[in-house]
Amino acid sequence: MSLSVVRPGMLSTFQDLGRQGWQHLGVPVAGAMDARAHRLANLLAGNLDDTATLEVTLTGPTLRFDSACCVALSGAGFSLTRNDQPAALNRPLVMRAGDVLAFGQRLHGARAYLAVHGGFALEPQMGSTSTYLRGRLGGWQGRALQRGDQIGLRRPLDAAALEPLARTLWGVHVYLPGAIAQAVRRTVRILRSEQWPDFSAESCAALITEPFRISPDSERMGYRLQGPTLALAQPRQMISEATTFGTIQVPVGGQPIVLMADRQTTGGYPKIAYVASVDLPLLAQMAPGDVVRFELVSLEQAQQLDAEREAALTLLAVQLAPLRQALMQHPTPPERRP
Amino acid sequence: MPPPVPEPAPGPASPPASGPAWRLRPQGDRCISIELGDRINVQTGLQCLSLAAALRAAGLPGVTDVVPSFTAVALHYGPPGPQGGASFEHRADAVREVLALGLPEAASGSREIDIPVCYGGAHGPDLGAVAQACGLSEAEVVRRHGLPGALVFMLGFAPGHPYIGLHDEALNLPRREVPRTAVAAGSVAIANRQTVIYPNRLPGGWHVIGATPLSLFDPGRSPPALLMPGDRVRFVPITAAQFDRLAGRAGAAGDGGASP
Repeated sequence: MSLSVVRPGMLSTFQDLGRQGWQHLGVPVAGAMDARAHRLANLLAGNLDDTATLEVTLTGPTLRFDSACCVALSGAGFSLTRNDQPAALNRPLVMRAGDVLAFGQRLHGARAYLAVHGGFALEPQMGSTSTYLRGRLGGWQGRALQRGDQIGLRRPLDAAALEPLARTLWGVHVYLPGAIAQAVRRTVRILRSEQWPDFSAESCAALITEPFRISPDSERMGYRLQGPTLALAQPRQMISEATTFGTIQVPVGGQPIVLMADRQTTGGYPKIAYVASVDLPLLAQMAPGDVVRFELVSLEQAQQLDAEREAALTLLAVQLAPLRQALMQHPTPPERRP
Repeated sequence: MPPPVPEPAPGPASPPASGPAWRLRPQGDRCISIELGDRINVQTGLQCLSLAAALRAAGLPGVTDVVPSFTAVALHYGPPGPQGGASFEHRADAVREVLALGLPEAASGSREIDIPVCYGGAHGPDLGAVAQACGLSEAEVVRRHGLPGALVFMLGFAPGHPYIGLHDEALNLPRREVPRTAVAAGSVAIANRQTVIYPNRLPGGWHVIGATPLSLFDPGRSPPALLMPGDRVRFVPITAAQFDRLAGRAGAAGDGGASP
């Protein structure tokens, strides 16, 4: 009733929507870098959207299933195979005992999310199954997957009558509106910070007109950007305060850092802007070496876009209710029944 | 070129004359910051803690985290619901209602906690240099550092990592010019009239004057952090032998102390 890790991939960690409610103790939220893709994968596997998924990074894993189950993959594009045959992204996939799911070439994006119906058998720590690597907290033993790991499945499927189930699932219409689909833009929308006026006029102009390259040492904690040097008009002593997912801070040296999922909860660097929440997934799908441009939006626009994304996900959950129902009604293997 | 965007709206109406001065501002589209001052001092720190407690007690819907810092409180919230209706202005109104009730005294209910510290030697390699820079004897640095009543302003930087102060004026040193790439777990370090304690092996730029054998953070413990914002702390000197004994009992010393 588990999956075996044949190859772990570059960095494969379990993530949910984050370890919320502990930031006042200095505990980073962690969670999926691309929450949109994480939630989409869950909905396609008939789950609620906070169930932990496997976040795979740049190079995906090879996984063998020892019992039947249903999985779905969303986010970055990979050439995915099931037993060496091409398998679809953004679709529920019925796996049979012995099936091997392999991630091949990465086609676009940086991070993909593998959901399994019923979830992986992980013990929450401090209310979350998200892996926080630096703290060795949560997920699977607080670390990334390694070869030979065996991860339990909470709700494997009975091997009988899998064909009708697969046909039913295939028949469910999945339409991804623009607010949910993988964005192809390279321009990330940002909001001015309260310290925006304290930066030099050249710095503010550079941020929204010049390209920035995502540096090689960018990871789940933050993205370091290479581009024009940004600076305050007057040097100023800052007082540490809370940070957010998407805060663009400017440390000494003037190369901005965008704080991402594993960010520290507080920080004392000047902040020039914040990434609009709706575009955090877009940034999370950019890899080192990619070029990003920024564009200002108002708080009202950012909130509107965020609300449209939420409304689209809510609607999708309603549309996929038959899929969830079909999976929930399929029996588990006899040895799992009480 | 991006379309023109209006400048951020001016701040809210002035706070009532009776309460503390405050300013609300968005930190992106899912966080409100309530600023209560622009200088680090105990009075402002206590007001932040008091406001954080009031905001928690108010149980505002959709709020995920309430994070006090030296001069501000951040209110993190989740995405808008399917009907929207959870904009910055809606949330700011809710915060203003809490502020309008006034802030209770934060001192009541705060815990007083003794932190055993082995000063100097291998545990506190910077004690000598700190004493010299402050123009005090090492014993006098330890005495002044141990005066009771230091406040845990906030936790940040790493899980369970406290910022404690403000200490005696004589202990006012800037950070080290060259930060260390690794500081041992439990290290007690000072700068700017404050103390931090490193919960595990971390890079650090503060002056390490001692170490505690206690575990600052353990996710399996309730609460997981040894110190909480608002606690009053007293540093109590212990010998190296006492340190070893306490560390052995707690199973807490060493770099793995804060790991699950």
